[in-house]
Amino acid sequence: MSEKGFPLPSSIKVIPGTEEAQAAYPYYTQFVPEDDEKFWFYNSMHFPEPMHHFDMITAEAAYVAMGAFNTRVHVLPTAKGVDHRIINGRVYIGGVVVTDPDEIAERTEEFQQRAFYYYEHWEDLYAQWKDKMKALIADAQALPSPALPKYEPVETFKEGDAVPASHDLLKIYQQQVEGYHRMWHHHFEFLLLGYGAYMTFFDFCKKAFPEISDQAISRMVAGMEAEIFRPDEEVKRLARRAVELGVDHHFTDDMNIDQVLADLDALGEHGKHWLDELETSRNPWFNVSSGDGFYHYHRSWNDDLSLPFAALPGYIEKIKAGENVTRPTEQLIEEREQLVADYRELLDTEEDKATYDQLIGLAHRVFPYVEGHKFYCEHWYTNLFFNKIREFGALLAEHDFFGPEGVEEDVFHLTQYELESAIIDLMLSWGVGAEPRGPKHWPALVAQRKAAIAEWDKHPTPPALGNVPDAIDDPAINMLWGITRENLDSWLDDGAENEKELKGFAACSGVVEGTARVVKSVSEIGRIQQGDILVCQVTNPTWSPIFQKIGAAVSDIGGSMSHMAIVAREYGLPAVVGTGKATTRIKDGQRIRVDGGKGTVTILDDEPVLEDA
Amino acid sequence: MTQAVAWFADVGIADRPTVGGKGGSLGELTQAGIDVPPGFVVTVAAFEEFLAALEAREPIRPLVEALDPTDLGAATKLSEQLRARVMEEPMPASVREALKSAHAQLCEDGQPVAVRSSATTEDAEDASFAGLQDTFLWVLDADDMLERVRECWASLYSVESMTYRRKQDFPEDGVAMAVVVQRMVDAKCAGVMFTRSPTSGDKSVITIEGAWGLGSAVVSGEVTPDKWVVGKITGEISQRDISDKHARQVPAPEGGGIVEVENEADRRSAPCLTDDELMALREVGRKIERHYGKPQDIEWALDQDGKVLLLQSRPETVWAMKDAEAKPVAEPTGSPLSHVMGIFSGGPKK
Repeated sequence: MSEKGFPLPSSIKVIPGTEEAQAAYPYYTQFVPEDDEKFWFYNSMHFPEPMHHFDMITAEAAYVAMGAFNTRVHVLPTAKGVDHRIINGRVYIGGVVVTDPDEIAERTEEFQQRAFYYYEHWEDLYAQWKDKMKALIADAQALPSPALPKYEPVETFKEGDAVPASHDLLKIYQQQVEGYHRMWHHHFEFLLLGYGAYMTFFDFCKKAFPEISDQAISRMVAGMEAEIFRPDEEVKRLARRAVELGVDHHFTDDMNIDQVLADLDALGEHGKHWLDELETSRNPWFNVSSGDGFYHYHRSWNDDLSLPFAALPGYIEKIKAGENVTRPTEQLIEEREQLVADYRELLDTEEDKATYDQLIGLAHRVFPYVEGHKFYCEHWYTNLFFNKIREFGALLAEHDFFGPEGVEEDVFHLTQYELESAIIDLMLSWGVGAEPRGPKHWPALVAQRKAAIAEWDKHPTPPALGNVPDAIDDPAINMLWGITRENLDSWLDDGAENEKELKGFAACSGVVEGTARVVKSVSEIGRIQQGDILVCQVTNPTWSPIFQKIGAAVSDIGGSMSHMAIVAREYGLPAVVGTGKATTRIKDGQRIRVDGGKGTVTILDDEPVLEDA
Repeated sequence: MTQAVAWFADVGIADRPTVGGKGGSLGELTQAGIDVPPGFVVTVAAFEEFLAALEAREPIRPLVEALDPTDLGAATKLSEQLRARVMEEPMPASVREALKSAHAQLCEDGQPVAVRSSATTEDAEDASFAGLQDTFLWVLDADDMLERVRECWASLYSVESMTYRRKQDFPEDGVAMAVVVQRMVDAKCAGVMFTRSPTSGDKSVITIEGAWGLGSAVVSGEVTPDKWVVGKITGEISQRDISDKHARQVPAPEGGGIVEVENEADRRSAPCLTDDELMALREVGRKIERHYGKPQDIEWALDQDGKVLLLQSRPETVWAMKDAEAKPVAEPTGSPLSHVMGIFSGGPKK
């Protein structure tokens, strides 16, 4: 390890022509010479693509909250928060580690009291958490769309506080940003403690059964009632209702969704009834993101119905064939309990059986949070958040802030601070009655940043920077940041690896060969044929409706406890997650072999000769 | 005397004194509902009757008991002498008739059998004595079978066997030999299975090794077998090592016995088991392990139709000894939270 090292941050140059776009990221995210002293790694798990300037708010809010909980709330003994930097659109993070034994001792004492309180009151605190989270979502939903009337309606002063609409723009924006930060605090309130309990059971199993797979442990811990399964269950429900209402023939593989909705509306009672059912499902369950919710372009089912609708014909066919498509929760719980009991039986001593019972018991108590929080945080709330920003984008575009060709999405090329200044520019001009400055200021910057992101996307970035610290072996660091000595070594060996083989986490075993379908967004879902192997950046529960169609799944992002892995196991779908680069290395249409037990993906075809020419 | 012949279905492990370890184990498996090729045991009683006739002519056991195990020359000489006597002594008529009749019943259509020695001391949990006796494969008819049974008896007086008994100081009076006569499996492939990991001792996995043809090639180490590691509980196949299997052992085209033939190129590198077959083996392995309540070392074969048949099962011994002195995986505590603290408070990972 010592003879090979990662480049220093100072040696990474901004790609020529993108300097201004780089400089537009906040000053505290720019690398400085002192950063050469620290170890950084590219957070490709959460931020696999160059960052739009606005989307940096996700990194910022998440690291504010994670840091506060690690350092000040839970007081983790050996790990504080995570620093982050951005260069060429790529987010690098570096953990702050506690090494002073006295400080560790002091923090251990604090942590013990705090963590034990959480574990002991877990169910109550989690119930409270859901209430808090739902209230936060309700607040966001209650925020009006930003709009500027020609004249303030008389009600403003007759009934209200006589504060004009321009002020509401600022209020809505600031409340939305505040709410987003608050959501991330809720996100981290239980997360590490939940993972900690899981890791403790994991660690015990690995010692008791040295050859046990991560998958087997995950299956023992997996929650059965988690929110992540619900969206797909709603699609199945809609398929069943379509059959019951006799409208199922409207749903075909090549349907035009808008046309189907219009036809059903015109159909009369049964059609309207189904549309009502659709509304019931949409709120809240279609608020799932088709990505992991970290980028503004990870849209939800509600924003784009193509994903849930793509699954309808298949489910309808099964239901008409008399198949029960509903998730057999009872049976799954029984299978899980059987698995837990079977492993228990193999333990040699009564002492170990007692410890095993304690640890699996704790994991089962705390794990529903780990699985369930994402629906409320990264999916539902994040989707509301980005859509609200989109409304500001539409308002600014309407006032020509992005030029004659400008669209609402252009707003995401502004940082959160720039967006606030653009809003104030608009507020001023509306009140002053003069032209805003924005239309002459932003179009060039938006064009420049668009070009920079396209440029950054072409350049690979080192997986890590700086010198590897010894403390990388700390289990808390492995757990919190998913970085192990092994994956650092494999990153260092990156150049020597087999071009035809990709490695990832073994998510669900099984060996399948088939045609790779590299799908970069939900809009491409129609291209997937029966038996294809889905290759995508993030596979999460929102993709599960098409699991009935595909032979295997491969993703760039995700670990063996990722939601994708959990769902794949439930479908018995061979899957490899977290390959890092499947969507860039595998070409659409290539034949590939997925070994979900080993966590490998092999490209079987020779590279098409003309492809890169 | 008790019966000269005992059928598998009528005996179990507890009958080891009369049917030997291998016979008792095959009977036990048969009774537990495991598919074992059918067969019978030539009991210790048959051997005792034969030996009584031999002893009456001229003593045998006192000669063995007087043997100095370090005197290899004397042992070799005695072995030659005693084995010749065993081979020459006529088989008592009652024993011969009982065996021929059982053989006729077992092989109605003239199927070949395996004749395998089943010593009463063999396959005791001390595995080191295992394999000192003989096994004859693809034995064609009743007369041939009778000769092989006699050879098994004679193998008790091999140099290795006698000196081993003397070193262990087993009283010669208690030493007897039963012989298993079992319908031969024309194996598509065969091998061994451990119901725990031989490398880590992990009881949650099953290690399966196999190669084309009869299992003798794997047991004797003449072919590098394919190897799989399968989750005992989950059925996940976590390791697949498909080896270059240059040859296989098959029944000789005539005259009985087995021969080795080269494997053609595509068969050499093809896995000898499908995933479904691995799962069927896993099921059988689990069933046997549950039956005995401890990890097993198993010999298996698949017939030409792919049906799993069990040829042998004995307790795994190497890790069982380590288990006896093993400590709990984790120090027990009153609350799971102290274990969680261990994870969070770090320290270098071992």
